[in-house]
Amino acid sequence: MEQATRDDVAHVAELAHLALSEEEIARLQRELNRILEHFAELQQLRTDGVEPMSHAVPMVNVLRVDEARPSLPIDAIVGNAPDRAEEFFRVPRIVEG
Amino acid sequence: MEAYELTAHGLAEALRRKELSAVEAAESQLARIEAVEGKVQAYLRLTPELALEQARAVDEARARGEALGPLAGVPYAAKDVLCTEDVTTTCGSRILQNFVPPYDATAVANCRAARMPLLGKTNMDEFAMGSSTENSAFKITRNPWDLERIPGGSSGGSAAAVAADAACLALGSDTGGSIRQPASVCGCVGLKPTYGRVSRYGLIAYASSLDQIGPLTKDVRDCALLQQVLSVHDPLDSTSSSDHPAPDYAGQLTGDVRGLKAGVVRELMGEGIEPGVQECVRKAVETLEALGVACEEVELPHCEYALPVYYIIAPAECSSNLARFDGVRYGHRTQEPVTDFEDMFAKTRAEGFGPEVRLRIIKGTYVLSKGYYDAYYLKALKVRNLIRQDFDRAFERFDILLSPTSPTVAFRIGERVDDPLAMKLADICTIPVNLAGIPALNVPCGFSEGLPVGLQLMGRPFDEATLLRVGYAYEQQAGWVGRKCEALSAK
Repeated sequence: MEQATRDDVAHVAELAHLALSEEEIARLQRELNRILEHFAELQQLRTDGVEPMSHAVPMVNVLRVDEARPSLPIDAIVGNAPDRAEEFFRVPRIVEG
Repeated sequence: MEAYELTAHGLAEALRRKELSAVEAAESQLARIEAVEGKVQAYLRLTPELALEQARAVDEARARGEALGPLAGVPYAAKDVLCTEDVTTTCGSRILQNFVPPYDATAVANCRAARMPLLGKTNMDEFAMGSSTENSAFKITRNPWDLERIPGGSSGGSAAAVAADAACLALGSDTGGSIRQPASVCGCVGLKPTYGRVSRYGLIAYASSLDQIGPLTKDVRDCALLQQVLSVHDPLDSTSSSDHPAPDYAGQLTGDVRGLKAGVVRELMGEGIEPGVQECVRKAVETLEALGVACEEVELPHCEYALPVYYIIAPAECSSNLARFDGVRYGHRTQEPVTDFEDMFAKTRAEGFGPEVRLRIIKGTYVLSKGYYDAYYLKALKVRNLIRQDFDRAFERFDILLSPTSPTVAFRIGERVDDPLAMKLADICTIPVNLAGIPALNVPCGFSEGLPVGLQLMGRPFDEATLLRVGYAYEQQAGWVGRKCEALSAK
């Protein structure tokens, strides 16, 4: 089974939005490879013709009536934000210029 | 006997007879918490004013002659994974340290509607990821039976609170065993209902195809009563089933289990299971046979793959679910200088998530990433189907299946922190159940080395009733219930 390299882990960390130190990348690489080894036994098992199962209970298209319901008060929602401006979430600049 | 020592049904009966008031019951419970919490550390937050206010309302309603549900005035604790209106909810994580939900999870709302006073929020492994509650960002919870040992996890706070008489009942959540394994090692009853039985609205999601909410209680009757409160279809969770109305669970507790068939899972009774645990479970099987249950060995050949399947699927789903924690709408935001918003996300998340959560996000992102998706994630989904088919076949012959719940008694605090694979083995008997989506119940079945051992009863989808019926008959016959932890009586 393939091993994950330092660069693989750094790439995945970037995809997952985690800013990690070299030391932490090394730890995660070690742990990831340890578990990948453990996954190898799955590859031995034949699964030709087996359907993938993504949910335990078969359910399709759960619909509800499209009715307006009262929403939560804006203050209760925005009040949890680490930074706000009136009724808005404040974030660092996204668009340059 | 003090009020806090009573079971929920015992306390409810005393309240109905007006032998004591709901306020007195809540006060007794809060005094008990004060006496033992220093040792056990089951709670992250207490809500005494709320509990007393809700208890007072129950007493007033009773005085007015209002009809009250069976658990009205019985105080409970909720795992900190469940949103509670105006009560801080952290999920055991620094990233949610200051989060105050503006709404109740449906499970909490149902307990509120049942007039159950909320005592507080219990400790847990961060984002429910762990088997010992040692992954909490805030504190170490101790097993009331031996304060040097773990209470199990991730609902370790809920299990420890019930075992220590620091809550009459508690809510937990179970993704790979997080209700049943702590219930097992703390000597309580714990039920993971069928996937779809309990609404997860307001449950902070870990792995959405596996997560369920359920009760941790002192005995099986209490479990039936609390499960009744939770078994309500909820349009706010599209996985909440409307096709299987809940029967009257307490009405199933007849003590009569003659003619039922039970399969003892061969793969979960050998290697990897402590001899002391095996012995207790074998004796429990004998007890069930004496009660008229026909027990026979059954094989679930794909069970051995459950652990790798789970450790692909659960991190994959977690990496997606936890993407929402970005320091914008709630929770922690980095105070470090940032270059742009992506840098803000990345620094916030690295600071806010603990080591185990970071690891699972990395694993999950890896197995879902380009080039690895088919080899890992898709493969795991296929093997998951094979595991479910094993259960389907077994339930053609048997009404329930039996195994140990935890392969060992509670281990020592710190013992497995540096051995992640040993830690994961704690869930070897419970994980297959989540993958198949079926219900399973832990009932205490004896002691090994002076520590509680649990029996796991697994059932057909939406047949919690049979589990409760068999669990109750066993419990009445075996007589383990009502034993108190001596570690807490020692001065």
